[in-house]
Amino acid sequence: MTSEIILQAIVTGLMMGLIYALIAAGLSLIFGLMEIVNFAHGEHLMLSMFSSFWLWSLFGLDPLFSIPITILLMAFCGVLTHYFLIRYILKAKMLIQICATFGLSIFIRSIAQLLWTPDFRNVDKPLLEGRIELGSVFIGQPQLYASLVCLIAFVGLYLFVTKTETGLALQATAQDRHAAEVLGIPSNKMFAIGWAIGLGCVGVAGGMMANYFFIFTDVGINFALFAFVAVALGGFGSIIGCLYAGIIIGLVESLGGLLIDPSFKLLYVFVIYLLVVIYKPQGLFGRY
Amino acid sequence: MDKLIAAKSEPLWNTNNKVISVIVGLVILLFALPLVGLNSFYLHLFIMIFMHAVMAQSWNVIAGFSGQISLGHGAFFGIGAYATSFFYMEYGITPWISIFFGMFVSGIFAVLIGIPMLRLSGHYFAIATLLIGISFQVVFQRWDLVGAASGLWVTMTPEDSWTALQFHSSKVPYYYIFLVFFLVSFFAVWVLSRSKLGYRLRAVRDDPQAALSLCINVSNYKIIAYVISAMIMAPMGSLFAQYILIIDPDRVFNIEISIIVLLITVLGGIGNVWGPIIGASILIPISEYSRIYLGGTGGAVDLILYGLILMIICVFRPNGLISFIPKDILERKKQR
Repeated sequence: MTSEIILQAIVTGLMMGLIYALIAAGLSLIFGLMEIVNFAHGEHLMLSMFSSFWLWSLFGLDPLFSIPITILLMAFCGVLTHYFLIRYILKAKMLIQICATFGLSIFIRSIAQLLWTPDFRNVDKPLLEGRIELGSVFIGQPQLYASLVCLIAFVGLYLFVTKTETGLALQATAQDRHAAEVLGIPSNKMFAIGWAIGLGCVGVAGGMMANYFFIFTDVGINFALFAFVAVALGGFGSIIGCLYAGIIIGLVESLGGLLIDPSFKLLYVFVIYLLVVIYKPQGLFGRY
Repeated sequence: MDKLIAAKSEPLWNTNNKVISVIVGLVILLFALPLVGLNSFYLHLFIMIFMHAVMAQSWNVIAGFSGQISLGHGAFFGIGAYATSFFYMEYGITPWISIFFGMFVSGIFAVLIGIPMLRLSGHYFAIATLLIGISFQVVFQRWDLVGAASGLWVTMTPEDSWTALQFHSSKVPYYYIFLVFFLVSFFAVWVLSRSKLGYRLRAVRDDPQAALSLCINVSNYKIIAYVISAMIMAPMGSLFAQYILIIDPDRVFNIEISIIVLLITVLGGIGNVWGPIIGASILIPISEYSRIYLGGTGGAVDLILYGLILMIICVFRPNGLISFIPKDILERKKQR
C-alpha cells in the first residue's frame, strides 16, 4: 500500500465522481422542478449507452461523434416521458409518483432485455483509447475525456440554469409554479424542458461512457443508485450540490474499495448516505 | 377523530352480512378445491397466489397503512428463507420452529433498520430501502457461512415428511399450508386495520404533524408497522424455501420480489386489506400464463406487462382496482 496506489485511487474516484455528478444533476433538476424522483433514471442512462452503441454498430459512427445525436434522442425521450406519463401524475400522491416512475423503469429495462437480450456488449476500437502516464499514475484516456466532457456539460448546465432566461424561468417554476404561471411562464412547457435537459445530461454521460464501459440492460441500476445518493447528499433540487456529492461518492467508492474490500463498494456509499440524511436531512447544499 | 371514536365503539364483526357469507363461502371453496383433483400446475398457481398475496399484504402494512414506501422489502423474505434453511441444515431444527425464528430475526432487523431510517421520510426512505435490499443481496452473495453465491441446497428427506416440511409426491400439503398462513395473516391484518393501532398508523400516514399533536409518537408507530410488516413477510420466505428446497441470494433477495409486492398492492388497491388479494389473484395468473405462452427465460415479457400495468394503474386508477367496487359493499353498513 504505497502512496502511488492511493493517488491512483483518488484520481479514478475523481473521474467517476464527475460522471456521477452529471447523472445526478439531471435527476436533481427534474426533482427540483416538479418534486418527482425519476426512478427510471438508470434505465434512461442504459438507453443512452445503447443509442451510442447502435449508432456505432449500425452506422459506424464513433461514440465521440454520436454524442449530439444521443443527447437529442435522450431529450426527445424526456419530452415523451413527460407527455405520456409524468403530466398525468403531477398532482398525484408521492406514493403513486414513485410507483409510476418505478413502473417506467421496469418497463424500459424489460423491453430492452426483450429487444437486445441481456448480453454484454462493448464498442470495439473507439477513437479514444489507451492511457496517459502521469508520473506513477495511469489515467485511461476514455475515462479522462468522459469526466472532462461531463464537467464541461455540468458547468454548461449550471450556467444555463443560473444565467439564461429559460434557466431563470425553470428556477421560478421550481420555486412556485403557480406564481410563475401568473407571470406568464407556462409550467407544463417548463416541465417538458426540464425533462429534456435532465435526460440530455444522462445522454452526455451515457454517450461518453459507451467508449469504455460494458453496455448491457442492467447497467443503469448501480449508476442510478449512486445518483439517488448523490442527489440526497447534495440536497434535493440543488444542482451545484450534485457536483460535490458526486465527487464524494466517487472517492468513497474507490478509496473504500482499495482500503477495505472492493466487493462492498455499495455499502460504503450507503453508510455515507445514511450518515448525511440522518444528521443533515436537507443535504449538504439543500434548499429544503 | 369522529371516525376514530366511531370505529372504537363498533364491534369488530359488524361487517355487511352478505360480504361475510361470500367470504366464508370462498374460504370453504378454497379448502375443498384440492379434493376436486387439480393438476399440479393449478396447485402451483394457487400456492403462488397465496404467497404473493401475503407478501403484498405485508408491504401494504408499511406502505398502505403507515405511508412509508419500502423498495427493499425482499430483504425480509430472504431472511426468512435463509433462517429456515440454515437452521434445518446446520442443526436439524424443524422448519416449524425456525419459521418463528425467521420471523424473530426479521423483526430484530426491522427494528435495527427502522430506528435510524424511519426518521427519514418520503423519497429519502424509499431510496434508503432500495439500498438496503441490494445490500442484503451483496452481503449474502459473499457470506461463506450460508453458501455465498451458490446458496443453500436443503437436504432432501427420502419421503414426504411433516416434521421436515418437505413433500415430494404431491403439492396438496403445500397448498393447505400456504392457505392456512394466507388466511391467518389476512385475518391478522384485517384486525390490525380496524384496531386502534391501525387507525393511528393511518393518522401517521395522512398527517404526521396532526398525529403528533394528538400525542401519537410518529416514529415509534412507524417502527411498529415496519416490524409487523417484516414479521408477516418472513414466514413466506421460510415456506418458499421449503417449497422449492434450494435458495440462493439472487433468488430470494432479488429486487423483483420488492417490485412485485409493490405492484400487486398498487394494482389491487393500496391501504386496503382486500387490495393485495385482488392484485395477487389477477397479477399472478397473468405472470404465470405469460411465462408459459410468451416464453419466460430472458424474454421478460411478464416484466414488461408489470411495468405497463403499474404505469396505467398509477395514471388512471391511483386507488387500485378495488376502487371499481362501490365502497358501501365492502364497508360495514351505515348504522345511523
